[in-house]
Amino acid sequence: MSKLFSEENKAAFTNPLNVNNPVAVQVLGICSALAVTSQLKPAIVMGLSVTVITAFSNVIISLLRKTIPNRIRIIVQLVVVAALVTIVSQLLKAYVYDVSVQLSVYVGLIITNCILMGRLEAFAMQNSPWPSFLDGIGNGLGYAAILVIVGFVRELFGFGTLFGYNVIPQFMYDAGYTNNGMMVMPAMSLIIVGCVIWAHRAYNKEEK
Amino acid sequence: MAKKFICEQCGQTFEAASMPDKCPICGADSSKIKEVKSKGINTNSNVYTICYAAVMVIIVAFLLAFVASALKETQDANVANDTKGQILSALGYDKATVDVGAIYAEKVKDNVLENGELTPYEGKFNTSYGALIKNGELHVFTGTTAEGEQAYVIPVVGRGLWGGLWGYIAVNESKDKVLGTYFYHESETAGLGARISEKWFQDQFIGKPIFGEDGKVALTVVKAGAAQQENEVDGVTGATLTSNGVAAMVKDGLTAYTDFLGGAVACPNEGKCPHEGGCQGCKEESEQTDVEQ
Repeated sequence: MSKLFSEENKAAFTNPLNVNNPVAVQVLGICSALAVTSQLKPAIVMGLSVTVITAFSNVIISLLRKTIPNRIRIIVQLVVVAALVTIVSQLLKAYVYDVSVQLSVYVGLIITNCILMGRLEAFAMQNSPWPSFLDGIGNGLGYAAILVIVGFVRELFGFGTLFGYNVIPQFMYDAGYTNNGMMVMPAMSLIIVGCVIWAHRAYNKEEK
Repeated sequence: MAKKFICEQCGQTFEAASMPDKCPICGADSSKIKEVKSKGINTNSNVYTICYAAVMVIIVAFLLAFVASALKETQDANVANDTKGQILSALGYDKATVDVGAIYAEKVKDNVLENGELTPYEGKFNTSYGALIKNGELHVFTGTTAEGEQAYVIPVVGRGLWGGLWGYIAVNESKDKVLGTYFYHESETAGLGARISEKWFQDQFIGKPIFGEDGKVALTVVKAGAAQQENEVDGVTGATLTSNGVAAMVKDGLTAYTDFLGGAVACPNEGKCPHEGGCQGCKEESEQTDVEQ
């Protein structure tokens, strides 16, 4: 047990959550962060899908890492990711149809999400399955965390709802409050991601 | 068996029966020479690479085929349910909150037009109407709106800027006014063309007359903010091509149902009808010629 949760493994899991966050620090996977965060629900589903796919593709690549021919390693990584993404997208279509309609092409675009390829090439190719699994979960959750923050802000101020339920009371609207249409536009999420990075850097500076 | 060695000074590999005194290529002494331990299979050889790729592809193909066929039934049920929800949406229900399956079964009937008559459709529920309309199998859904009004729902199919558009238009019992619409798209630009699927756009159609004075489909989408006539609807700002696509879809879609809806037939003399009653006269004349022949 102690070996499973050694310092190194813990670091593989916790680093991407904060110090080495894939979105806030490495600025990877921004495309999908802009596209699916206008509401909380798709943001969470997207975050979880990426977490699951990163974790399992990391494990698979890590298991295969000694057998993968060096010259076609990127192709092998892509095939593994593409197969997993297709399976996840089929599962979404079968069990949460309306979410899959909302995510539409972005589930397919997970294949090209740089976080995945980055982790496979940089981590899973050198490490054994268990740390790779933790690394995948950590990176996925680090990505999901940013998506949820952005989705929360955009849905709250853009639609006045959270998870589709009204949270801004009617008297606020009666008093002249209006939803901010800017928040619904994709460009706004870039600005929010920028603010998140700002807060994140400021916080981590104090830590050091 | 010959062993493989690598010289760290010149980087060359060579084979020898045992550790040589010095490198046969650059002459470095034996301390620089390391034996290369072979790990079973050489993962860099071409044969290995090709076999690896082939086996991997076959395994993945079987896996995906298995998943796809195992989930197909559930997915089809979802798509059918969603299509029913879209029809209900045109009838003024909120498909996100109502029990689509139950309300559809209770309120809506699927019909096919046969010689201008509504015939109940018994086959499997269709989720895509483009090919059917092309083949002349015209479906009309009869049902009641959320307000309890009798309505006919007509499926329409068209093309937007990037991909297909489709929709359902509910018309009233006397078949001259729109009661509600639902439009959706395959891949229009998010925030621009994709806004045709939003409620404000679709609700603009409510209460609009379908036919103009000449008996042709006059319901159309114009530039955002330019709608003046009673059969015009504002398009989406910044999405002119998608708006035009909707206009064409509505026009072509409803024109295909002209006989059923009771509008005039397409004018054979391009609007210069020499008869009393305009195009209606031409139609009567052509029917008479048919009889004579």
